[in-house]
Amino acid sequence: MATAKFRQRSSYINHSILFFMALTIILPLLVLIFNSIKPVEEFGTNPLGFPSEIRLMNYYDAWVNGNYTQIFFNSMTLVVGTLILNLTVSGLAAFSLAALNPRGIQTVVVGLYLLVGISIPAQLYILPLFLMWKSLYLLDTRIGLIIIYSALNAPFATFLIRSYMLQLPTELFEAAKLDGASTMQLFTRVALPLSWPVFLTTALIVSLNVWNEFLFAITFIITDDYKPISSILFAFQSRFANDYGLVSAASILMAAPIAILFMFFQRRFIAGLTSGATKG
Amino acid sequence: MPKFLTNINAISWYFLMPVLFIHFFVIAFPSILSLLLCLTDWNGFGKINYVGLENFEELFRDRIFKKAVYHNFIWTIMFLTIPVIVALIIAYLLTGIKRGQLFYRLVYFFPYILASIVNCLIWRYIFHPKHGLGGWFENQGIDFLSKSPFAMKETALYAVAWVDMWHFWGFLVIIYLTGMYQVDESLYEAADIEGATKFQKFRYITIPMIRPIFILSLIIIIIWSVPTFDYVYILTMGGPAYSSEVVANHLYSQAFQRMNVGYASTIGVMMFFYVGIIVGFFALLRRLGWEV
Repeated sequence: MATAKFRQRSSYINHSILFFMALTIILPLLVLIFNSIKPVEEFGTNPLGFPSEIRLMNYYDAWVNGNYTQIFFNSMTLVVGTLILNLTVSGLAAFSLAALNPRGIQTVVVGLYLLVGISIPAQLYILPLFLMWKSLYLLDTRIGLIIIYSALNAPFATFLIRSYMLQLPTELFEAAKLDGASTMQLFTRVALPLSWPVFLTTALIVSLNVWNEFLFAITFIITDDYKPISSILFAFQSRFANDYGLVSAASILMAAPIAILFMFFQRRFIAGLTSGATKG
Repeated sequence: MPKFLTNINAISWYFLMPVLFIHFFVIAFPSILSLLLCLTDWNGFGKINYVGLENFEELFRDRIFKKAVYHNFIWTIMFLTIPVIVALIIAYLLTGIKRGQLFYRLVYFFPYILASIVNCLIWRYIFHPKHGLGGWFENQGIDFLSKSPFAMKETALYAVAWVDMWHFWGFLVIIYLTGMYQVDESLYEAADIEGATKFQKFRYITIPMIRPIFILSLIIIIIWSVPTFDYVYILTMGGPAYSSEVVANHLYSQAFQRMNVGYASTIGVMMFFYVGIIVGFFALLRRLGWEV
């Protein structure tokens, strides 16, 4: 009895601590949402609360003034382009390391190489890369940034896909080989269809990384028409410095696709992001 | 087909070629260039002159660089303490509840998937002296946060770190929670029988059992805090008066505003060596059998 009562009281305390910490996250997000539908005049009198009049025009203004049709297209191009290039090269590498020759010297050499690659700070190579891209005419192009993003995400994607492919039964590959399948067919007909879940997880994380990326986006794209959403939003904060309704609406437009994907695939997101860190 | 094309060893290399090529092209080759350029005084256009270790000598005299290193150090210490402690407690509390756990996990994790620029805009508004919290307090007649903490020398670095920590700590919660769920339940039951308190169970069972994942999280924090850039660059640009300048920021302005290629490479090389020493240190500990 006594312990039950104690348990209950301590669980109230636990819940209130957890709830308080949740509020520290929810309230700032709510302020952003309120601001995005608040008329400009109201910011002085009601800085934090729910607006007295809902103004959805902020979203329209952000979309039109920010040229968001173009910006969304730019960011989507980067995401799709990176997914195609990154998943192809990482998938092939993971297949090689997991199925073709898992105990070969390649696993050690390539694994070590990619691990070293992960721990190099981007600042070490960003300037020479910038000068290289300039001389190769890749600077200020979307394809140039796609190549960079594919390389940046390659180690993580390779490790993640490999760890899944290692669990595939080797009998499957051997049976297919007896049926006369070539190595490429082993990859496209056997490995790919069986490991789609890990490709989905990897694709989600890579999309997230590309959509949110800031440093390379502001450095390698100079022309406004090619800029992705993160660097446009950065420009917004000085261009529309006092129009908080518009800037907030623009931020929500950036966060919304990610938030919606997160709602649908929360487990994959969380598993992908944490294993990316703890395995890499 | 010739034999070398059918040999499984060769074929497995062919499959690895694309990733190795793209990775070498984007990361390894420019890194090597940087290691060479740090010995020159190149400015991106003119002749490349070899100057030996002059850049390093200049770097050790550079007062802004020293300041930035010190700020990075404070940054690392802050991230090693505040989010780690909060996340440990919250993860432990989360293991004790059934109802609502999923909700809490999602909420805590959510800022981690938001872009740095979005998080910065949220907090820039909240800390805005006229709007946000400052404005709200002013409307109540209280003089609090009437200056933006991002604009004051004393607080700028901590305010920026606060925003980054706000976005980061939920990630640690999930990592620790995963570790805590792998702890054998019977250990807690045995402790219950012996009459251990909640804190004792946390101290003597949970902490030792999640040690590998805990140490790993510390390594991640140390390594990730070296190239920290986004939040400082967006919120303060290192100011006011270099009071929130970090190393990555210093490098960025040397590289892209002043085009001091040689000097910027030198800073990058220092960062690389530092990370290399940290990684090497932990790899050595592991080799020596100290279980991390």
